[in-house]
Amino acid sequence: MLPISYYVALSAILFSIGALGVLIRRNAIIIFMSIELMLNAANLAFVAFARMHEALSGQIFVFFVMTVAAAEVAVGLALIVTIFRTKKSIDVDQMSSLKG
Amino acid sequence: MNPELIIFIILALVSIGAALGMLFSKNAVYAALFLILNFITVAIFYLILGGAFIAVTQVAVYAGAIMVLFLFVIMLLGTEKLGQSKTLAWQRPVAIVLALVLMAEAVYVIFFRFTGISTAAAIPEGFGSPAAIGTLLYSQYLLPFEVTSVLLLVAMIGAIVLTRKEK
Repeated sequence: MLPISYYVALSAILFSIGALGVLIRRNAIIIFMSIELMLNAANLAFVAFARMHEALSGQIFVFFVMTVAAAEVAVGLALIVTIFRTKKSIDVDQMSSLKG
Repeated sequence: MNPELIIFIILALVSIGAALGMLFSKNAVYAALFLILNFITVAIFYLILGGAFIAVTQVAVYAGAIMVLFLFVIMLLGTEKLGQSKTLAWQRPVAIVLALVLMAEAVYVIFFRFTGISTAAAIPEGFGSPAAIGTLLYSQYLLPFEVTSVLLLVAMIGAIVLTRKEK
């Protein structure tokens, strides 16, 4: 059995890549996918720690995170579709109508 | 060399490579497919860590349902190839440097500062099986489980209301 820290380190690396994606990409859908990547990295850490402590509660929490992610994607993609209808673009830099 | 370590390194490289591929691919459809590859490798990690039910849920819900929704919206909007806009171009190098700092810091803390992480013992019988998860979900976590059903209902209604054509 490998040390749990390997899995937690991998989770940290995936989380950083997701955070980088939110910062450098301007396509709203890619930003959304990066958020999913970050949620997934957090889930990996949850499962790794559940394994370390032999507590199933960590895996139950992953289940709930997945449910929230599904709800978030449904509403978020609906928002993106609505924004695309009004602005004909999903570039987040162009969503600046409220700027004075 | 420990075979488990070799499997871990190969899977980790595929996982990180898929994440980077998602980040830097120009076409949003390719990005979605890279993300599916990443989710599947993470599901294999769940299997190694003794979460059989969670691994199957990961493939079915994440790599299946959620990513199909993403692909559907990408193709519906026809925005596969969206170039990078030029506004705030100075943010890009700054973001890359900051993300590298975050990554290095996290890995340093996990390996050298946080000694609470140990190697786990052998997996107990039935750990992470659907029966064990189900028992826990319907006893100790019954209320949160019911609340998630309300959350999904609200999300469904929200998506319908948001995309409805204005009269």
